[in-house]
Amino acid sequence: MGTKMMATGEIMSIGKSFEAALLKGVRSLEIGQYGLERKSSKARDLETLKKRVVTPDDERLFDMAEMIRRGYKVEKICQITGMDLFFVHKIANLVEMEEELKTMKLEDFTKESLMYFKEKGFSDKAISRFVGCTPPDIYDLRKKWDIMPVFKMVDTCAGEFEAVTPYYYSSYDTENEVVVSNKKKVMVIGSGPIRIGQGIEFDYCSVHCIMALKKKGIETIIVNNNPETVSTDFDTADKLYFEPLTEEDVLNVVELEKPDGVILQFGGQTAIKLAGFFDEMHIPILGTLPEQIDEAEDREKFDAVLETLGISRPKGKGVWSVAEGIETAEKLGFPVLVRPSYVLGGQGMEITYNDDQLKMYLADAFEKDSKNPVLIDRYLSGREIEVDAICDGTDVYIPGIMEHLERAGVHSGDSISIYPPQNISDDMKHQIMDVTKKISVALKVIGMINIQFIDFKGELNIIEVNPRSSRTVPYITKVTGVPVIDIATRVMLGEKLADMGYGTGICDEPDVVAVKVPVFSTEKLPQVEVSLGPEMRSTGEVLGVGYNLENALYKGFIAAGMTIPKAGSTIIATVGNKDHEDFVKIAKRCDALGCNFIATKGTARALKEAGIECKLVKKISEGVPNIIDTIRSGVVDLIVDIPKKANNKKSDGFKIRRTAVESSVTLITAMDTFNAMVNVMEKHIDQDKLDIFDINKDMRK
Amino acid sequence: MKKTVKAELILENGVRFKGNAFGYIKETVGEVVFTTGMTGYQETLTDPSFAGQIVTMTYPLIGNYGINLEDMESRKPFLKGFVVREKCDVPNNWRCEMDIDNFLFQNKIMGLENIDTRALTRVLRDHGTMRGIITTRVDDLTPSQIKQKFDTYTNAYAVKETTIDKPYVISGRGTHLAVLDCGIKHGILRDLSKRGCKLSVFPAFTSAEEILAADPDAIFLGNGPGDPKDIPDVVETVRKLIDTGLPVLGICLGHQLISLALGCNTTRLKFGHHGGNHPVKDLKTGRVYITSQNHEFVVSDLSEDVEATFINVNDGSIEGIRHKTKPVYSVQFHPEASPGPLDTQELFDRFIKMIEEVKPHAKR
Repeated sequence: MGTKMMATGEIMSIGKSFEAALLKGVRSLEIGQYGLERKSSKARDLETLKKRVVTPDDERLFDMAEMIRRGYKVEKICQITGMDLFFVHKIANLVEMEEELKTMKLEDFTKESLMYFKEKGFSDKAISRFVGCTPPDIYDLRKKWDIMPVFKMVDTCAGEFEAVTPYYYSSYDTENEVVVSNKKKVMVIGSGPIRIGQGIEFDYCSVHCIMALKKKGIETIIVNNNPETVSTDFDTADKLYFEPLTEEDVLNVVELEKPDGVILQFGGQTAIKLAGFFDEMHIPILGTLPEQIDEAEDREKFDAVLETLGISRPKGKGVWSVAEGIETAEKLGFPVLVRPSYVLGGQGMEITYNDDQLKMYLADAFEKDSKNPVLIDRYLSGREIEVDAICDGTDVYIPGIMEHLERAGVHSGDSISIYPPQNISDDMKHQIMDVTKKISVALKVIGMINIQFIDFKGELNIIEVNPRSSRTVPYITKVTGVPVIDIATRVMLGEKLADMGYGTGICDEPDVVAVKVPVFSTEKLPQVEVSLGPEMRSTGEVLGVGYNLENALYKGFIAAGMTIPKAGSTIIATVGNKDHEDFVKIAKRCDALGCNFIATKGTARALKEAGIECKLVKKISEGVPNIIDTIRSGVVDLIVDIPKKANNKKSDGFKIRRTAVESSVTLITAMDTFNAMVNVMEKHIDQDKLDIFDINKDMRK
Repeated sequence: MKKTVKAELILENGVRFKGNAFGYIKETVGEVVFTTGMTGYQETLTDPSFAGQIVTMTYPLIGNYGINLEDMESRKPFLKGFVVREKCDVPNNWRCEMDIDNFLFQNKIMGLENIDTRALTRVLRDHGTMRGIITTRVDDLTPSQIKQKFDTYTNAYAVKETTIDKPYVISGRGTHLAVLDCGIKHGILRDLSKRGCKLSVFPAFTSAEEILAADPDAIFLGNGPGDPKDIPDVVETVRKLIDTGLPVLGICLGHQLISLALGCNTTRLKFGHHGGNHPVKDLKTGRVYITSQNHEFVVSDLSEDVEATFINVNDGSIEGIRHKTKPVYSVQFHPEASPGPLDTQELFDRFIKMIEEVKPHAKR
């Protein structure tokens, strides 16, 4: 942490004491942490911890707790961190309690002592971890002794006056302030803090779901912990519970409110993760059932479903060792897509092109986590296609098919997404519809489903299925005019698509083109890779609309803060050998437009061979002034750097890309993006003569 | 788990709250009130207006900056009990000189912590101020014992308890005020003194003659505890002082005493105004101020000679009056704050200006 903001999101937690609020906050982070004892902090020696706590970072709290645990003086921590004794003392209190729990056995608890730990904010999971039992053991004790939280209203007047702000938080206390109605009610689980890969789009979905439910006269309840969202405005739902989105905390609300149904589909992975637990607790889930969710999320089960439906997907396998990985990759054929299991937003996903790269990746992955397999898939370099669909169990409705500008390998959240698709044949669309319907019906989807395909040499492959609302729902809603969430919510309540007037099949496409262009904040995050790849990195997106693709892209690029080169602009290029051929073709067109090139040795040679004039610039290893100095000097308008391998902080490419974002020079790291940029340049679009669209009329047919 | 002494608060309506005792452990009976100030607990503890009351802090964490010897509002705390959600055992502030537990212990005040103070607040809000007992005899007192304890409780002598024994003078070169100490906060004296006033401070039950013998430019009546109707002698003194034509000014209890002396009435509010965020409206300018307040009683039924100057925006109750012809002016809220917002500090200047304007006539 420093003077630049780096956080992408936040949580808020409310408790009767600092300790209770802090523990709620910690478990809201979804980092697998339920107390202050953290594995990584435990592994550090005291000297390292002491050095680390001086500079704030995301593990400081846990490092500090670890120091206190080892007997480090509280006052000294205040001195070296500048933190107030009050807070450090509170953290010390929690550490002391954790240590006390470690000495306890399940039999040792009395009603009074358990109440004490619950009051201080310890979750059943935290208590059970320290005691060495299971959360249900603690839950059973609580049931036996009637230790249940009450809910307090946030009325901003300390209870002095009667207030009507239905906004609650849990507390182990005496009086419950919630008045439970006997109306039909549905609870919507929000998506928690905004992270790369799980952004504000799920709040959009949650809020629209609430609106749809309200229209149906149903009482709405939302549970969420993110203060920067609309879903946590106290007047969005009929009742708001500001609570961590963990099993225990959500169950508390369910047990109090006894809703007729709970909706998980709109809360991203955070909410979907609760499906299994809700099922166990016999809590009615609206929409797709937990077994089906599991079928889509579990790789083997899902493969079996595809097998029976006769749908192809890139071949792949989960491997448990480096040797097994190499063997599998050789069987599949390089390049292969590798990723750890159970991650969000393509975290840690990479494309490897040869044995060496794969070995390095696997060794590293198994060192980090040897208990789970690494998944290896054949990498198909084709056109990526994405659909969000609504299924009522029998019929399927696709509001729109989106085509990705960058070929497969770039995370769907980071690629430029085009609607309506420009390069997909009617036949392919039929296939997409057909497959979407088959999968949705087979998985018994009720509500939303998101499917990602690759068109590899004319053959449709499935790469991912999410039985829930996705990142692209707000986008597709806006560009098609189809109230996707409203329809999906009604379907979950039991209505049929055929009766709703939206019909089935694929929604008609408009005559205008829309693009979604990602926006990054990488300039704020030092030492972070910025190139496009299978791991999502964008923190936002913009929408561009035009009569043709280039006009839409032009608006998108400008809105995303990119510079579009024109005659006389300077482009720096560093491209690997395997991409030279593609690159030169596009470069020729740039040259014709009057752009100047600066390139490092290899790329320069390729350009010269093609008859394109270009200035040579030194690589970093070739002395000064080199490519970094040239970028920093401010003479460059665009940098095209197609990385061979991402995430290597020592590579020239990494440094070039970092310098580009830190010097605010537009950076392109995928050939397809470069091609699209040149297509736009060739149109010579006049910014003053762009068309303005009424999205509510011009996008509708 | 730390060792604690269990204690419970028993309210007149039968509601009980179990928690832990702290401070000076004994049994105590008092009127249970709540105050919504988030800070300023030390001023609250030492405000004599709370004499006879068990004070509940609605803010859930009390004591985190400790106690210092400079912010006392009187010579000692007069309240009967102090109820908090959580008291802070490790206060940290550069001015902190002791912690709240020790402060209460030294002053023999019973504390109760770890109860649902919000629930208690809601009970008091809905039911009105009630008497309460804090006892360590949890689930032990018989109904008749409880009744007996409530019946013997009275707060009628609160002013007697909080006032001073003999008069004293705070020197100053400006306006000379005779101050009647019915349990006045030091903050008021500080604010007047800061403006150069000479203050002749008298015990509450001093006669009008004795006060006038000091030859003051004006009379000042400060805050204090209890029901103004419990001290008719003082009301009578105030009436006499008003009749002399000297300017008479008042804050809080002083305001109520002046109103009674002018033939108005006072009544009890359901649960009082205690806190630092009460909006009042200046009826002349229409401007709204956020004020610090601490009162159970309120002036009502204005007599013909009197007009309202301020009203409470929340409940419309009277927050300030003036005599239509005489130099008599008083407010219910606390311009000295301590604790609370300083929005109405200029009232002290207004007071002094008024006195200075009247002076030549009065001294004629």
